[in-house]
Amino acid sequence: MPRLIALRLLQMLVTLVLLSAVIWLLIGLMPGDPADLAIAADPRLGPEDAARLRALHGLDRPLSERYLAWAAAVLRGEFGYSRLFSQPVTALLWPALWSSLALLGLALGLSAGIGIGLGVLAAARPRFAPAVDALAVLAQSTPSFWLGMLLIILFAVTLGWLPAGGAESWASLVLPVATLTVVNLAAYARHAASAMTEVLALPYVTTARAKGLSAATVLWRHAFPNAALPLLTVAALDAGSLVSGALVTETIFARPGMGKLIYDAIMGNDYNLALLALLLAAAVTMLATLAADLAQRWLDPRLAA
Amino acid sequence: MRLWLGLALLALPAVGAVCAPLVAALLGHDADMPDLFNRFAPPSAAHPLGTDDLGRDMLLRLLQGARVSLVVGLAVALAATGLGTALGLLAAWRGGWVDAVLMRLADGLLSLPALPLLVVLAAVDPARLGLPRGEARTDILRITVILTLFGWVGVARLARAAALSELAKDYVAAARVCGASEVRVMWRHILPNISGPIVVAATLAVAGAILSESTLSFLGLGIAPPAASWGNMLSNAQELVFSAPLGAVWPGLAILLTVAGCSLLADGLRRRG
Repeated sequence: MPRLIALRLLQMLVTLVLLSAVIWLLIGLMPGDPADLAIAADPRLGPEDAARLRALHGLDRPLSERYLAWAAAVLRGEFGYSRLFSQPVTALLWPALWSSLALLGLALGLSAGIGIGLGVLAAARPRFAPAVDALAVLAQSTPSFWLGMLLIILFAVTLGWLPAGGAESWASLVLPVATLTVVNLAAYARHAASAMTEVLALPYVTTARAKGLSAATVLWRHAFPNAALPLLTVAALDAGSLVSGALVTETIFARPGMGKLIYDAIMGNDYNLALLALLLAAAVTMLATLAADLAQRWLDPRLAA
Repeated sequence: MRLWLGLALLALPAVGAVCAPLVAALLGHDADMPDLFNRFAPPSAAHPLGTDDLGRDMLLRLLQGARVSLVVGLAVALAATGLGTALGLLAAWRGGWVDAVLMRLADGLLSLPALPLLVVLAAVDPARLGLPRGEARTDILRITVILTLFGWVGVARLARAAALSELAKDYVAAARVCGASEVRVMWRHILPNISGPIVVAATLAVAGAILSESTLSFLGLGIAPPAASWGNMLSNAQELVFSAPLGAVWPGLAILLTVAGCSLLADGLRRRG
C-alpha cells in the first residue's frame, strides 16, 4: 500500500509538471500580453514604451526561458501576484478553494445520497425502475448552465425567494448546490440501480430472506454494502466533472470560487493566477481520485491483491 | 424502444438542420439579420418562435444552432472514435512501453478536470497559429480539435480492453497460423469484433461533444456571435433574464432533447449487444 501511494503521488507530480509546461505554452498563444493591455489602458503609452515594458518584465524573452524562471520562483515558494486583482496569488487561492470545497462537498453528498436512494428504489421496487431511468436520462442530458439559468428565473426573478448569486449568506448556496446535484446524481442512480439489481439476485440475499430477516435489513445491511463498492469508482471518476461543474455554476451564480477564479483569470489574461489556480484544481482533483481509490482498496481487499 | 425513442428525438434537430435554408426561404428572412423595429416580438406567422433582443428570428437561429451542434457533435465523435480506436488497438497489439505510455497519458487526461483545461485551450488565439480569426468555420474546426484532444481517451481504453480479450482467443491464433498479416488480423478480425461497444461509445461521444460545445459557447469561448449556436444563444438570454426570460427556454430544450436522444440511442444499441 505505501508503495502504491508513493507511486501515485509521483505520477501526480509528473502530471502537474507536464501540465504546467503545456498550459504555459498555451497561455503564450493567447491574444495580448500585459504590455498590450497596459497600452490599451493608457493612451499616452506608445509602441516604444511597450517595448521598454516588455524588456523590463522579460516579456521579450523566449517562452521556455520565462517558464523556467517562473518554475524556479514557484519552487522557492514565491507564488507571485495576480495582475487582475492586484493581490498575492495565495491570498486569492485559499478563500476560493474553501468556497469551492463547500459547494462541491454539499453537492457531492446530496447527489450521491439522492442518486443512491433512487437507484436502490429502482432495484428494490422494479415498478419504479422506468421512472428512475427516465429521470436519470433527463438529469444527465440537462446542460448545467441552462438548469442554473432556469432556477435563477424561477426562484430569484419570478418568486424572489432566493438570491440569484453571490456568497453573502447560506441561502446563496441553495441554487448552485441544487444545480450541481441534479447534473451529478444521474451517474449514482444508474450505477446504484445496476449494482443493487445484481447483488439482490445473489444466493446469499435469498438466504438472508429465508432466515426471516426484514426486507429493510436485507436491503440495507446485507445487499447495500456490497453494491456500494462500485459506487466509489463512480465517485472517483466524478471528481473531475465536479470541478468542471464548479466552473460553470460559479460563473453563472457569480459565486467566488476556484472555477470562477480560473475563468476570470483566463479571460482577463492573468497568466500567473490562471496557471497556479489550474494546477491547484488539478492537484485537488487527483488527490480526491486517489482518496476514493484507496478507500475502495481498503474496503475490498481483493482489489489490493 | 429506447433505440426508436432516441432516433425520434434526434430526427428533430437533424431534419431541422437540413431544412434550415428551406425554412429561411419560406419565412423570407435570415438567421443573422437584425430587425431593430421588431425586438422581442411574440410568436407570429412570420416569426413562429418570436424574435430576440436584436429582432432576429428565434426559430431560424435555433435551426442554425442545430447545424452547428450536429456538425461539431458528429465531427468530434468521428475524430475521437477514429483516433481512440487506432491508439487503443495499437496499445493492445504492441503492449510493452507503447501500451504503458499511451495508458499513462490516458490516465493523466482522465484524472484532470476537463472543463477548465478546455477553457484554456479554447482561449488560444487562432491568429497566432495562422488561422483566420472570428469566422464560424474556424470556430467549428477549433472546437472540434479541442474536444477531440480529450474525447479519444475513453474510446481508447475501451478499444484496448476489448482488443486484449479478443487477441487472447483461439481464432486469432488460427488466423495467424494461416499466415494472415498482423494488419489483416487487426483490421479484419479484431476490429469487427470490438465494433459493438465502440459504436456505443461513439454515440455517447456525440452527446458529450454537444454538451461541451454548448458550454464553451455559453462561456464565450466557442462559436462566437453573430453566428448562432445553442450555447451562445443561452449566453445572450442570460443577460436578458430579467427582461425576456422566455428566450432561455428554447435553446436549452434543444440541447436537452438532442443529448437525451443520443444517450437513449446509445443505451438501445448497448442492449441490442
